[in-house]
Amino acid sequence: MVNTGKKFMAGLAGLFICCLLMMNCYAMESYPEEIEIDVLSELYQGVVFDHGWHVMMTEGCAVCHHHTTGTPVVDSYCAKCHADEKPMATVSCQDCHSSEPVTAGSVREKDAFLFHDDKPDLKAAYHLSCLGCHQEMGAPVGCQDCHARTEAGDAFFRAGQFAPTGSADSSGY
Amino acid sequence: MSKITRRKFLAGSMAGGAAIAMAPTKKAFGANLEGFPDGMGVLVDMTRCVGCRSCEAACNKEQNLPEPDKSFDDYSVFDERPHGHYRRPTEKAYTVVNRYDPVDEQPVYRKIQCNHCNEPACLTSCFVNAYTKTPEGAVIYNDKVCVGCRNCMIACPFGIPAYSYSSAINPIIKKCIFCYDTRLKNGQTPACVEACPQQVMVFGKRKELIKIAHDRIRRSPVKYVDQVYGEKEVGGTGWLYLSGVPFQEAGFNISLPSEPIINNVKDFLAIVPMVLAIWPALFTGFHLLATKGKSHGHGDDHSHDGQEEH
Ligand code: SF4
Ligand code: SF4
Ligand code: SF4
Repeated sequence: MVNTGKKFMAGLAGLFICCLLMMNCYAMESYPEEIEIDVLSELYQGVVFDHGWHVMMTEGCAVCHHHTTGTPVVDSYCAKCHADEKPMATVSCQDCHSSEPVTAGSVREKDAFLFHDDKPDLKAAYHLSCLGCHQEMGAPVGCQDCHARTEAGDAFFRAGQFAPTGSADSSGY
Repeated sequence: MSKITRRKFLAGSMAGGAAIAMAPTKKAFGANLEGFPDGMGVLVDMTRCVGCRSCEAACNKEQNLPEPDKSFDDYSVFDERPHGHYRRPTEKAYTVVNRYDPVDEQPVYRKIQCNHCNEPACLTSCFVNAYTKTPEGAVIYNDKVCVGCRNCMIACPFGIPAYSYSSAINPIIKKCIFCYDTRLKNGQTPACVEACPQQVMVFGKRKELIKIAHDRIRRSPVKYVDQVYGEKEVGGTGWLYLSGVPFQEAGFNISLPSEPIINNVKDFLAIVPMVLAIWPALFTGFHLLATKGKSHGHGDDHSHDGQEEH
């Protein structure tokens, strides 16, 4: 698991630089239909995110993109400063959410954007946003509903061909 | 090193005799309530946990633990009630996630493991000095020293240490060590924390985690209960919890004192040297009872016990 996070982040970073080129004018309603999140390649296979479908289903870009797309801000916390925000130069998640795992030190690091502390890292930004909404909407929430697991993933979760046999039980109960 | 010295002093004073152990030197401990000033901890935000059990799988791998009874993607474990209770850490699983179902609320998932107390009752209760609180904040143990007496199991207010029966000759206590050997001592994030897709956990200095926790509550007062579990409990713990439901609804013991357990444990421990002294006599007694069947002297014994309790 040590390298999983890094690979995941590296994958995401690469992917989103590509996506960025395609969605530089979000407010003009031009956006990628599909985003392949080719990440967690150690434990999971890549995810093809149907961005177009999610754009159709959600109230507005700001549900996921906070105040960066120029559409009305949904989160009241963001709206305190960004009520009348113009589209920003970049809208991709990885421009703001660090690919490095968050620690207490990094959370409390003071930067120019005083209210942007305690930001989830990139992996968590995705999962919190996706799963949070999926839970509310009654959409699929199982890990493998979005990610197909690899053999290494099966080994990690002790599932599939790595499922417990019961023979190794040495607890003596 | 100063802590180790203090620990030796503590254990020494306890093993030394009932007289010292019975007189709580509360003042001496009170000055140390904050533990090591730069001790690390983990903030667990239960409002984010989805019960995916990735953390359990990560711990199993990191700590080279034996094969689990069920796959880590098997969610039927949330309905298990071994011995009528929610799952607790075992010698094969240093951390477990349980699901609670508060009334009128979404299910709540709670990951449990050793809380790495500032003033660990397990450490204080151990009369062979098997436990150490490291300056990094981990409570670790030396299994070569452990004699398997299970004092720490009784002393721990969170029911964490588990007993390994895998070796009848050398039974030992097993529990979460904060990934000390492989990660913490190099300043690295624990395996379970890193594996979590939801960033339920933040690793860092305990002092800073407490500020982050209170910031989150202040920012979302409706979302969170206004309490950081572990900030005060039993003198403070390294692992801290935030919850969206009252803590007792997620199975937390909310009646723990804010003082370390040490003093109570010391009273308890005062009887340990005595128990050791009378151990052979006790076993002789059991043996006699077992071989003799019903004893005529049973009534006498009982009244005698009653007197001793007072
Ligand atoms: S939680 Fe229990 S086992 Fe862990 S340090 Fe505290 S008293 Fe010891
Ligand atoms: S800190 Fe390490 S030992 Fe403790 S529960 Fe997490 S992975 Fe397991
Ligand atoms: S990995 Fe995170 S979200 Fe999953 S069960 Fe553990 S703490 Fe909860």
